[in-house]
Amino acid sequence: MDAIDSSLVDWSRAQFALTAMYHWIFVPLTLGLGVIMAIMETLYVRTGREFWKQTAKFWMKLFGINFAMGVATGIILEFEFGTNWSNYSWFVGDIFGAPLAIEGIVAFFMESTFIAIMYFGWNKVGKGAHLASTWLTIIGATLSAWWILVANAWMQYPVGMEFNPDTVRNEMVDFAAVALSPVAVVKFCHTVTSSWVLGAMFVVGVSCWYLLRGRHTDFAKASIRVACWFGLVAALLTAHTGHQSGRDIALHQPMKLAAAEGLYEGGTSQGLVLGGVLTPGVDWAAPTEQNRFLFQVEMPCALSFLATHELDGYVPGIRNLLEGGYPLLAGGVVLSAGEKMQRGRTAIAALATYRTSRDAAEKQVALKTLRANFDCFGYGYLKSPAELVPNVPLTFYSFRIMVMLGGYFIALFAGLLLLGKYIMRWKWALLLIVLTTPLAWLASQAGWVVAEVGRQPWAIQGLLPNVAAISRLDVGSVQTTFFIFLGLFTLLLVAEVSIMACAIATGPETDNTAA
Amino acid sequence: MNDIFLLQHYWWFLVSLLGALLVFLMFVQGGQSLIWTLGRTEEHRRMLLLATGRKWELTFTTLVTFGGAFFASFPLFYSTSFGGAYWVWTLILLCFVLQAVSYEFQLRRSNLLGMNTYRVFLFLNGVLGPLLIGTAVGAFFTGAEFVVDKLAVTNPAMPVISRWANPLHGLEAALVPQNLLLGLSVFLLTRLLACLYFLGCMADAALRETCRCRLWMEGAFFLLFFLTWLGYWLTSTGMGYMLDGLVYPVQHKYLNNLLDMPGVAGVLLVGVVLVLAGLVQGLRGWRKAFWLAGPGSVLVVLALLLCAGWNHTAYYPSVVDEQSSLTIANSSSSLFTLRTMTVVSFFIPFVLAYIAWAWRALDKKPITPDEVE
Ligand code: HEM
Repeated sequence: MDAIDSSLVDWSRAQFALTAMYHWIFVPLTLGLGVIMAIMETLYVRTGREFWKQTAKFWMKLFGINFAMGVATGIILEFEFGTNWSNYSWFVGDIFGAPLAIEGIVAFFMESTFIAIMYFGWNKVGKGAHLASTWLTIIGATLSAWWILVANAWMQYPVGMEFNPDTVRNEMVDFAAVALSPVAVVKFCHTVTSSWVLGAMFVVGVSCWYLLRGRHTDFAKASIRVACWFGLVAALLTAHTGHQSGRDIALHQPMKLAAAEGLYEGGTSQGLVLGGVLTPGVDWAAPTEQNRFLFQVEMPCALSFLATHELDGYVPGIRNLLEGGYPLLAGGVVLSAGEKMQRGRTAIAALATYRTSRDAAEKQVALKTLRANFDCFGYGYLKSPAELVPNVPLTFYSFRIMVMLGGYFIALFAGLLLLGKYIMRWKWALLLIVLTTPLAWLASQAGWVVAEVGRQPWAIQGLLPNVAAISRLDVGSVQTTFFIFLGLFTLLLVAEVSIMACAIATGPETDNTAA
Repeated sequence: MNDIFLLQHYWWFLVSLLGALLVFLMFVQGGQSLIWTLGRTEEHRRMLLLATGRKWELTFTTLVTFGGAFFASFPLFYSTSFGGAYWVWTLILLCFVLQAVSYEFQLRRSNLLGMNTYRVFLFLNGVLGPLLIGTAVGAFFTGAEFVVDKLAVTNPAMPVISRWANPLHGLEAALVPQNLLLGLSVFLLTRLLACLYFLGCMADAALRETCRCRLWMEGAFFLLFFLTWLGYWLTSTGMGYMLDGLVYPVQHKYLNNLLDMPGVAGVLLVGVVLVLAGLVQGLRGWRKAFWLAGPGSVLVVLALLLCAGWNHTAYYPSVVDEQSSLTIANSSSSLFTLRTMTVVSFFIPFVLAYIAWAWRALDKKPITPDEVE
């Protein structure tokens, strides 16, 4: 195998996407439900009422079933960086490994130690110590989200490192820049608050089902009250942090923004597409006579405002990004994709000379050339500018699904808080809420699709494309493991849903306690 | 001596310590592999699974942290071994995936596959986990078939720097007798530790007696396999490296390492004595024997791993291209990253302290039959 088989890249990506998406079914529920059950246990400790203890215990039971699946799917992800993205692991391991290790040392141990107390310690430690353990479990889980999102944010917006030609890798030079990157902060806030929304939707959905059945009504109403307050705050924060995420991608990943907006031809005073249908089959990497939208509803100048904070700000479209030539706010003119690729090849060739030459003077020249062109290093691996365009329809529709559902959740939580008395009597409304509960997962998965599909072809934005990040395996091996994971995770998911459904059908043990 | 040299040694120590703690905590796996051997009745099986069920996440987290710490401190190992020995690592991960769900799912209603299937999963994890990890670690001493060429990055058509030279992608490690011996030793050690752990935490005298009797078998086979492996190890040739990084074979490298590092030799000796003392005391029915053999096994594994990487030893020798062998010097992170991570490592005592608190809180009272109701 002297050249990378493109299907190896595709299968490696498919496997990572599969395992990450499976993992992300469980993690947001852990983060969201965890806080809700901790709030309920806090209510128990503060009021001393058995009702809250049983309520907390019921949600903890569901938490535990879900948590096991999160752990099971998570371990694969960590090691996949090595097994399937080995070049990546070397090229940026000096920076990327640190958050993973810190996640283990600081967060995972906290989570796994205190969860044992939470489940097995009811009669073994005091009330206060138990409550602290519950909170520490969820704080541990949230801290672990922090560190893994630091790692992810760094891939979207690499900072705090320098390339070392002697070791042929990027090396960390500023830990604070990596760990406190503004992109990481926003990503963490959006991801965690959106997970709270999901947790709240889950609690509301399950509780509405009880109301529909006329069972455990006190429990259900109390749970809905807690979850709706929590969910409403979370959903508003999600919208706010989502807006900030939009600004981040406008600044650091303009191609992702262009794809999410279906913006081919950019310009000043750009409108934000509120909704629309893309013309199927259009080539987004090349000009065409065809209209790219079958129809669209736009909010004038909103995209410019979002991206630049000015109504008439300039937002580049896909074409502008490929062709370059437009002025940057910070000064200078953007290079075309072709020019960047050329500079990338120059950088790669200079690195080769630096590594192989025995002539000190020649090495020095090569080093200078490498440094002068390093900002385009990753482009040197690409074969054509078209590779720089991500899957536009997938990014575009995912973005819309997420944002629209964000609006739905805000309306739902607010509606239940304001008009709960009536809504809880309308069977059709309860049924609607139960049936739309899974939409929280759809929104959350769609968010990741925007974030990850939108940044293709990059493993690390502008620095390392997927094709240069993978492990040298035969396609057959990766295909085999893909199907093993698919089969196993699906089987376990079905088992989990079945256990969860049974636990929900059994219900809490609150009926003999006063609400 | 300079900073990077010291930090590479410090991080090799930490990674070795995590590896050693992992082997110790795999008593959970040992217990799982003995569910049916020790648990003759359903009540006993439930008690056994309750005992390990409170601890499995600790083992699991140690494995994950071991991976993360190895990645952060020696990323070239991560990229070479994981990407190359693909099948071994994937199998290890798969059997841990099975474990992660099984404790929670086995006793739940509507669990789709039935209680016994999840117990078979736990059994599989209990057997394959230690066996495969031991076998994979065996390659630290016997070597593996890979080539590292950093210049490959400059070839846009094939920029991957690490290449595995055996189409079995890691499964071939199981064909090397020394690796298998080490795998079996680790497997038996985890079972031995499990028996001792149960001996300590079970209130039921009959169950304790079963565990005690089982120690004979596990202990005898463990000693047989481990001492044979140790003999091989002490006489085997390892890879050393010069200050300029040149790697070369050295006869009796690991024996020399023990002689050159008497402190490490002492740790090994104390470790072996503690394991033996734990075994003997366990056989005599002493319920705290776990706390002799457990720390003993930590010390033994720690010393072995220190011998793998310290004293200018290539900890992951390549048998197809000597110069590709990984050493703590050529595979480590940068000075800056190691320094940063070192600050983080100061949290470890704090982490150990709360783990100890939680352990005590849960294990204060022995497990009684009514607890599994
Ligand atoms: C309400 C309006 C919302 C806006 C404006 C918004 C905006 C965004 C943007 C721009 C991204 C991409 C960030 C990047 O690529 O770095 C994103 C990602 C994401 N979104 Fe949203 N979002 C909204 C609602 C939601 C909701 C309701 C959920 C789930 C319940 C959600 C979950 C996610 C997730 C999980 C990600 C991936 C992680 C990340 O990149 O932060 N979002 N969102």
